[in-house]
Amino acid sequence: MFKKALVLGLAAGLAFASTAMAQDALKIVYIGKNTGNPYFDSITGGFVDACESLGCEFEFVAPATAEATSQIPFIEAQIQRGVNVIGIAPNSPDALNQVLEDARSKGILVLTVNGDITGNEQYRDATILPVNFDIVGRDQVEMVGSLIGYEGEIAILSATTEAPDQNKWIVGMNETLKADAKYAKMSLVATVYGDDQPEKSTTEMEALLSNFPNLKGVIAPTTVGIAAAAQVVQSRGIADKVAVTGLGLPSEMRDFVKDGTVKAFQLWSPYNEGWLAVHFALGVIDGSIKNEVGSTFEVPNLGTITINANNSINTQAELTTFNAENIDEFDF
Amino acid sequence: MSTTKTAPAQADSSPVRPRWQTLLIRPETMTFMLLVVGVFGGSVLSPFFLDLSYILRSFTLYSELAIVALVLTMVIIAGEIDLSPAANMALSACIFAWAQASGVPIPLAIVIGLLSGLAMGALNAFLVIGLQLPSIIVTIGTLTLFRGLAQVLAGDKSIRVPEWFIGVDKIMLAGIPLPVVLFIVLAIGLGIVLGGTIFGRNIYQIGTNEVAARHAGIRSARIKSSLFLLVGLVASVAGIMTASRLGSVRYDIAAGGELQMVLMAMLGGTYIFGGRGTILGTFLAAWLLVIVSTGMIVANVLPAVQLVVLGGLLIVAIIATNLIYSRTQR
Repeated sequence: MFKKALVLGLAAGLAFASTAMAQDALKIVYIGKNTGNPYFDSITGGFVDACESLGCEFEFVAPATAEATSQIPFIEAQIQRGVNVIGIAPNSPDALNQVLEDARSKGILVLTVNGDITGNEQYRDATILPVNFDIVGRDQVEMVGSLIGYEGEIAILSATTEAPDQNKWIVGMNETLKADAKYAKMSLVATVYGDDQPEKSTTEMEALLSNFPNLKGVIAPTTVGIAAAAQVVQSRGIADKVAVTGLGLPSEMRDFVKDGTVKAFQLWSPYNEGWLAVHFALGVIDGSIKNEVGSTFEVPNLGTITINANNSINTQAELTTFNAENIDEFDF
Repeated sequence: MSTTKTAPAQADSSPVRPRWQTLLIRPETMTFMLLVVGVFGGSVLSPFFLDLSYILRSFTLYSELAIVALVLTMVIIAGEIDLSPAANMALSACIFAWAQASGVPIPLAIVIGLLSGLAMGALNAFLVIGLQLPSIIVTIGTLTLFRGLAQVLAGDKSIRVPEWFIGVDKIMLAGIPLPVVLFIVLAIGLGIVLGGTIFGRNIYQIGTNEVAARHAGIRSARIKSSLFLLVGLVASVAGIMTASRLGSVRYDIAAGGELQMVLMAMLGGTYIFGGRGTILGTFLAAWLLVIVSTGMIVANVLPAVQLVVLGGLLIVAIIATNLIYSRTQR
């Protein structure tokens, strides 16, 4: 208690200086897209555990809404607080450029975590993404193919028409279907958008079922979409006719997997993103990790990690597949 | 309302209020006191708060909205409301950015942006004054329209502005960021217009009783139209400033800004039914809003709590304003 008061007093004294000098424990903050988003609880869990084991101060903050500029005052505030590392899930690919530049000019290490500022990579030091997003489309096609015996009509139920990640994956799915002879008997009949709203996703899923009576499989590469699609299939009792898969949260999909509505789906571990971010940040600051493309480092539980092109770091090489056998091992 | 005037003689003979009392029971005094409390609270919450350069930097994030709120205050005093300026900011910024991206030289693109802001103000003026429609409904309509047009123009992508155009908020005049200087200068200018000119006096008279004002020969249609035009123009200035601050333009910049602007006017003691309010009040309220928001953000207060505090402030301000106005009704 006394120590805390002393630190506060010290910090107060330094507040008028442009930056507070680094104290013993490094200060790391993670700025989420918005509050009330359970996905970030899991990422934050990784940050918290890693900071506990390595000894740093961690805080999670997020604006009330995920609007493009809403994170700016939060970044300004963290600069003012004199944090050493800012991790952020950016709400905009470019509206944050100026303020991130300010942060970096004050010597703060800026990492985008679980989303990147594509096209503006020079405004952050590195990005930490769960998997290489180039292979998500391919893996998802293989997943649905294996569920329907590589034959029949499939459809995609996505988020919004402009969602950058989903659109990238959909391109990958289309390319895979075209290029690989293994999938020659599968045809993509529709791509629809549920806008990441449960109601709209449900309506779109029902429309798919009535428009395409021969539909064999649905890929929903969004956590909201897959849950809505599974709900529709469950209530109609057609799990043996239509296979639903995609990217989902184990916690939301557990019941659907247990009752057989969904055989398998995929995702990554958001927890590992936080865990990796802290290990990487502390390593870069103490000099043990070189933030250069091609260099490698060891992270407990994750093994050897390589820094890829554009200073992009992935926590895992491939998507994790969840099914009835392993779903109970995951609690996010 | 509280006392009925029976004869002018009686009103004249009523005891004159002591000067300190008339000063103390002005709504701006309440705003000022809340501001002092806010500064104090902020410094208790976080040791990093009380840093003038940080507060000024934070003010630039709100300065565009605050500048428009000053003009909006005059519209509200005149008995009308304009909810469209935030959407106007987005649309004129998009038009400006789109023009310069398609090869128009920047100065000309700025003029195009300003003219489009003026045109949006003119549309509001035509609907409210020309067609005699209620301004609250009209401007809810135009706010949706402007925002929609901005999205049609820009899509869901950002339009970049050239590197040299970025950073209006980094230009310092005597250590104060340019947007803050603009805000202060505009506040002084509009304060003089509203408080010291016949034009300003007419605005109060229109807001108090438009029919009577018209009978007294005040050209209310012309004055109100010019106010709507001015809001439109200033909103486009604010929009282009936002473009320079962010370095890119999207259809959703200043989303929800209309509420912040109205909040500033209300916190400053402007009476929503018109006839009362000052530029000084809105000026102080803008600082109050920035102080309270940044004080909580730098202390990592949960956003939900921040919303509760801001909502509470507004309720307090409205109750106090109404109480003060009903007491001082002569």
